[in-house]
Amino acid sequence: MQERLLEVRNLKKYFSTKKGLLHAVDDVNFFINKGETLGLAGESGCGKSTTGRVVLRLLEATEGEIIFEGKDIRAFNKDQMRVMRKEMQIVFQDPFASLNPRLSVSEIIAEPLVVNKVYKDKIEMRKHVSKLMETVGLAERLINTYPHELDGGRRQRIGIARALALNPKFIVQDEPVSALDVSIQAQILNLMDDLQKEFGLTYMFISHDLSVVKHVSDRIAVMYLGKIVELSDYTSMFKDPKHPYTQALLSAIPVPRIDVTRERIILEGDVPSPINPPEGCRFYGRCRYRQDICKEQTPELKDVGDLRFVACHFTNNLKETSK
Amino acid sequence: MDNKKKLIEIKDLTIHFIVEGEGIVRAVEDMNLEIGKGETLGLVGETGAGKTTTALGIMQLVPNPPGKIVSGEIIFEGENLLTKSPAELRKVRGNKISMIFQDPMTSLNPVMTVGDQIAEVVKLHQKVNAAQAIERAKEMLEKVGIPPDRSKEYPHQFSGGMRQRVVIAIALACNPTLLIADEPTTALDVTIQAQVLTLMKNLKEEFETSMLLITHDLGVVAEVCDKVAIMYAGNVIEYTDKKRLFTEPKHPYTLGLFGSIPDAEEDEERLNPIKGLMPDPTNVPSGCPFHPRCPKVMSICSERKPNNTEIELGHFVKCLLFEEGVK
Repeated sequence: MQERLLEVRNLKKYFSTKKGLLHAVDDVNFFINKGETLGLAGESGCGKSTTGRVVLRLLEATEGEIIFEGKDIRAFNKDQMRVMRKEMQIVFQDPFASLNPRLSVSEIIAEPLVVNKVYKDKIEMRKHVSKLMETVGLAERLINTYPHELDGGRRQRIGIARALALNPKFIVQDEPVSALDVSIQAQILNLMDDLQKEFGLTYMFISHDLSVVKHVSDRIAVMYLGKIVELSDYTSMFKDPKHPYTQALLSAIPVPRIDVTRERIILEGDVPSPINPPEGCRFYGRCRYRQDICKEQTPELKDVGDLRFVACHFTNNLKETSK
Repeated sequence: MDNKKKLIEIKDLTIHFIVEGEGIVRAVEDMNLEIGKGETLGLVGETGAGKTTTALGIMQLVPNPPGKIVSGEIIFEGENLLTKSPAELRKVRGNKISMIFQDPMTSLNPVMTVGDQIAEVVKLHQKVNAAQAIERAKEMLEKVGIPPDRSKEYPHQFSGGMRQRVVIAIALACNPTLLIADEPTTALDVTIQAQVLTLMKNLKEEFETSMLLITHDLGVVAEVCDKVAIMYAGNVIEYTDKKRLFTEPKHPYTLGLFGSIPDAEEDEERLNPIKGLMPDPTNVPSGCPFHPRCPKVMSICSERKPNNTEIELGHFVKCLLFEEGVK
């Protein structure tokens, strides 16, 4: 059996709002093996980014366990956490907002090294920064430029170099290519693939773009309104999605080819509000297969064989009910 | 390419932005496109390729200064839009040609009810009284799948997908013959995008509207377009019908785009991105603007600008590889 790097048990994150409790992440369970990429997919507001942040303790969880290399990091104090953070890094979505405009490229990449007092010698540190820039494909001459002088693809490379500075084991990629044009997006995806192989990194890859998630992930978790509705390896998920939401979501991807025609499942309505959600299946209101039990009981994420997990009362036994 | 009647024909259109101190940005260069009645043309390209400028050019909304339509003709229903007076143009905009913008949050007026916003266009272009205009607004809401009794609500009371439906209702309220949609689903989630695309397709058929769809997503093109034009640094580098573009793409940039997209239907190990970056618009490379990134670059590419070549009936490519007498 493969070694687990991270395991999350019954993770919850609620935000209190004026209108009530917002269930951003609601009882989520998953694990990530060493060296693999877990994709976290879903639409806006499903809780995927919150999950990424809670796992790194950038947001404190409301409940649950976050087990990293066998230890529950939620029990760690500030100092222990500071040491732990070297192992876990994040790359953000917006390469415009996530870099300090008043720091030069070298200062941005060196910041984690300075904060953690890795080098006493400035020249040594400078060497390390140059090495990192080379690793992510940034030309040496850019070392003293500022983020505003660079395009989105290069800025994202800076964000990646910064995340790599402390030799982490685990990187949360929060929509790292969503703000980029397709030709640049492909360059960054390939870079991340190379880095993963070279440094044996483990990724949690968060994205709303299912084609991208499929391309990078070994296994994929699909979220809907704070819950994981399906978790499988990518091939089985795309070949044979089990949960009605996954089925609709996958059928909605516009495919850039004209030789495949697929039946498109159009979902009615919008995602309901995550504030004080009702009992029962979160997908109830939009599901074609809903039955009475779905309204009353929340389906658990169950093992349906072949390491596939689905949260639906009628897995493998869906019968159309509405209309 | 078509036996249908031409609705709009763009001939040799060139639009420049004159930026003080930095030179000239050639946003659109020598563009030749046409859209037939009921046809949908997809305009594809990355940020800064000139897609939106083209749309603004057709609507005569290019900000001047710094923008300037340097040359060309835009023949719409037999008349050249570029020689029309501002008053004549106002009768066309929102009436015969209307536009859907990318972000429904910024294209709706936040302090006006959605019903009033739809009625506004109707009142402006048709001889109706206020009550009839509101009636028409409610009809349009129903057409786009919003209960008509919500006409007195404000944009913030609707979700993103619903707001974009309101924008579509405004655009179609006067039965335009041409609809320009600038990234209409980019700000939406995929299941909502599927709803909106299906709606647009159905309404387009019902009203027999032609459409210019601007997008960066080849998946959306495969879904809704009849013809496709690919833009790079202000130039249409490939222009043909959808089937040919997807089965026999010719221009190295088009091939590069296809290599860059992860395909949900297939299992590719690695993407084949285009090397390098988009050129700086004030400093476009000499010759073919794509030559520094092109995998099939020849020595002549940096010296000579490629011409638009029809390599097969209805398949245009702007690349020296396909030009006669080059090599």
